[in-house]
Amino acid sequence: METLIGIACNDFVLLASDMTNVNSLFVMKNDEDKLYRISSKLVMSVTGEAGDTVQFAEYIAKNMQLYKMRNGYELSPKAAASYTRRNLAEYLRSRTPYNVNLMIGGYDEKEGASLYLIDYLASMIKVPFTTNGYGGLITLSILDRYYKPDLTEAEAYKLIVKCVKEIHKRLVLNLPNFKVTIVDKNGIRDLNGITPELLSAQ
Amino acid sequence: MARRYDTRTTIFSPEGRLYQVEYAMEAISHAGTCLGILANDGILLAAERRNTNKLLDEVFFSEKIYKLNEDMVCSVAGITSDANVLTSELRLIAQRYLIQYGESIPCEQLVSWLCDIKQAYTQYGGKRPFGVSILYMGWDKHYGYQLYQSDPSGNYSGWKATCIGNNSAAAISSLKQEYKEGEMTLKDAQALAIKVLSKTLDMTKLTSEKVEIATLTRQNDKTVIRILPPKEVQILITDYEKAEAEAEAAKKEKSQKST
Repeated sequence: METLIGIACNDFVLLASDMTNVNSLFVMKNDEDKLYRISSKLVMSVTGEAGDTVQFAEYIAKNMQLYKMRNGYELSPKAAASYTRRNLAEYLRSRTPYNVNLMIGGYDEKEGASLYLIDYLASMIKVPFTTNGYGGLITLSILDRYYKPDLTEAEAYKLIVKCVKEIHKRLVLNLPNFKVTIVDKNGIRDLNGITPELLSAQ
Repeated sequence: MARRYDTRTTIFSPEGRLYQVEYAMEAISHAGTCLGILANDGILLAAERRNTNKLLDEVFFSEKIYKLNEDMVCSVAGITSDANVLTSELRLIAQRYLIQYGESIPCEQLVSWLCDIKQAYTQYGGKRPFGVSILYMGWDKHYGYQLYQSDPSGNYSGWKATCIGNNSAAAISSLKQEYKEGEMTLKDAQALAIKVLSKTLDMTKLTSEKVEIATLTRQNDKTVIRILPPKEVQILITDYEKAEAEAEAAKKEKSQKST
């Protein structure tokens, strides 16, 4: 029931996720952070089984830090995504699989901005933009219509706002707040969160 | 006296030495010579070939130079059977990294992992150390072209040019003299390798069947590894001999003029 959105343009990646935590039929809170900073230019957004998400994201994040301590440099987005996929695939075939869907957005001097989508069956694909969850069903078409590789940061943010508005309008679920994070050559930054109050004020 | 501390690798002698490790190093200093030279546009390894019986069937294309993965090559000095164990271990480590991260292993990590194995054999009981020194050449995106050397003790170090095996001290000192820092091209390096080898190998004349040379360069963002065919090695040797003869003649002329 959660929603993730990711857009990779020429020199930045935007990741957005809802901030809703649901237990059975009930909303527990509306300020949950589902975006994990796993290294200096790498962000991972996670949905799935409650508990699995945090456990797996932290496991990957700590291993990224361990790699950096051992070797003095960080993994590239591609290597980090491969590592994450491999781990998820191995856990999938164990007695304790992780039920998580991930998006990994990162920036690298050589590779540029890149976005990877990994699902709970550990299939991985590199994409220019993607969505996940029920909100994704109705917003992928919006991204498909308006995405361009040379969007500016402001234009890409507006595109995410457009998607969130559509989710508020069409989806029967209650996903009021969205968090938006950007990764570019300067690192990771949080952009203004999207809330119904902010949208109605515009 | 020494015998009491010789039998196991795990025991220090009263002077704080590990004899078995030192003996392993000794074994290497009798092995065929290998040298590596780093250049701006590439890197090379050259090795002396000892088994040159013409009845020997050529099972392997090269005797002492092994490709480890897409971006790395090594050459070994020491006990060949030990070296075979270590090269297969190196290849395994490299493939393990590739399957986990989807990228080639950075050079230093591969060397470091292998040295962990080498070190273990100097510490855990009942084993003898590997009697092998290895020269590695490789490329990675972090540090570009790199040359490493590792010992039976498990120590490793990075070099611009170095040599292992028989008469290596002499080779290193002449490399030190002739290596022009920051100005070496791969072509210069090849000429230098032949020059140093012909000085260090205890034979009167260098032949193409006695040396094997491998180069590693980058072309179109891909690593290209090439083992030079005997013909090209022969050309390098002939060039060297020609230059040497000319130098000799010039020297003679000079001394005649002065008298």
